[in-house]
Amino acid sequence: MSGFVKSSIARKVVMALSGLFLVVFLTQHFVINITSVIDPETFNTWSHFMGYNPLVQYLLQPILIAGVIIHFVMGFALEIQNKKARNIGYAKFKGSANASWVSRNMIYSGLVVLAFLALHFYDFWVPEMVYKYVEVNPEMPTRYHEETVHKFEPFWRTVLYVISFVLLSLHLWHGFSSSFQTMGVNNKYSEGIKTFTKIFSVAIPLGFVFIALFHHLNPLTH
Amino acid sequence: MKLYLKIWRQKNADSKGSMVDYTLDGVESDMSFLEMLDILNEELISKGEEPVEFDHDCREGICGTCSLMINGQPHGPDSRITVCQLHMRSFNDGDEIVIEPWRATAFPIIKDLIVDRSAFDRIQQAGGYISVNTSGRPVDANAIPIEKEMADKSFNAATCIGCGACVAACKNASAMLFTSAKVSQFALLPQGQVEAAERVQNMVRQMDLEGFGNCTNTGACEVECPKGISLENIARMNREYLSASVKG
Repeated sequence: MSGFVKSSIARKVVMALSGLFLVVFLTQHFVINITSVIDPETFNTWSHFMGYNPLVQYLLQPILIAGVIIHFVMGFALEIQNKKARNIGYAKFKGSANASWVSRNMIYSGLVVLAFLALHFYDFWVPEMVYKYVEVNPEMPTRYHEETVHKFEPFWRTVLYVISFVLLSLHLWHGFSSSFQTMGVNNKYSEGIKTFTKIFSVAIPLGFVFIALFHHLNPLTH
Repeated sequence: MKLYLKIWRQKNADSKGSMVDYTLDGVESDMSFLEMLDILNEELISKGEEPVEFDHDCREGICGTCSLMINGQPHGPDSRITVCQLHMRSFNDGDEIVIEPWRATAFPIIKDLIVDRSAFDRIQQAGGYISVNTSGRPVDANAIPIEKEMADKSFNAATCIGCGACVAACKNASAMLFTSAKVSQFALLPQGQVEAAERVQNMVRQMDLEGFGNCTNTGACEVECPKGISLENIARMNREYLSASVKG
């Protein structure tokens, strides 16, 4: 079993499974966020549920944070190992002749997404923790929509979010379908899976871009 | 045609190499790339200089030894060929051609353009075989009927010539396409089932020990493989490996 844990395939499987888990979370996050545009009341209700439900807070939230940490720590570990595998580089290497830019630069798109997560945590998660556990404020189920819209008032933050979503899209473009190949799925269904993952990779980040721009262009008047 | 060559020269495994410029005139478009290097070497020898060392054997695209990185691509700009099958008609008069050996920590350079690919041999030795009694009473190869689709897939995997272009093309210097082809050619046949779990575990372990990188599914290996070995084999190896590890 120790051989399995140390093997290159096991490490790749960890990347694939944690990535797929984060894709599921991303979908759920999008479904809740889009309600901030469609129906602010529903957004408040769902956000309050996510913020105060013990199962979400004390079980799912730690699992999510662990998933993020595992994905990027393993990503870095594999990148370092891959660099060691070619100790002297080529004088001329035509990488674009046989592989897409996105697939060759996952580490960079991943780093941008990681930096975005730090900003996102600073914007939403940290204030939420302070509100609940440091200041110990009472529950206020109607505050979430207003807080969210206010966050997108500054132009710089909206631009940073949009850039991050574009890089997230590129990361998913290769990573989502790649995770199936790593898990050993390469059969008659692969083309269908690939099509679905490509549509998802564009649609979900584009949806997040729409939400950010919508709130920036429609600020609250009070 | 007149060509401007930039070739990696390295005296031996311990010395530091560098790119050296050569100008070669009178190259015919019908020559193979290796014939062009032969002419360069004749010129160098006549001038009393050390010829460029490069691997070659069959010169008909099957031995896989003529492994060179040409203008940033394994086996040069054309697809599904080895260097001996690359002809000078793929280049133009006045072109600059950069020629390098495979670059991978697991493939140390022996001299100039020759690398040591014995890491592949060790992966093969770790499990790329089936145990059959071949003495005294030979078994008819057709005694076990095999589904056509499986036989074809196994044969396609077996066409891997172990040239190392997959490693050379991969940005991570991963040997997964090679290893997966050698696993698949047996995993798809009934004769390969007896040692299937042990085989994939031993070959992957050896691949990791040799210091190759990890597969990130860029697909560069499949594109550059002279025999068109499919990424399907890597998925199959991953399945075999996971299944073998779960069963213990």
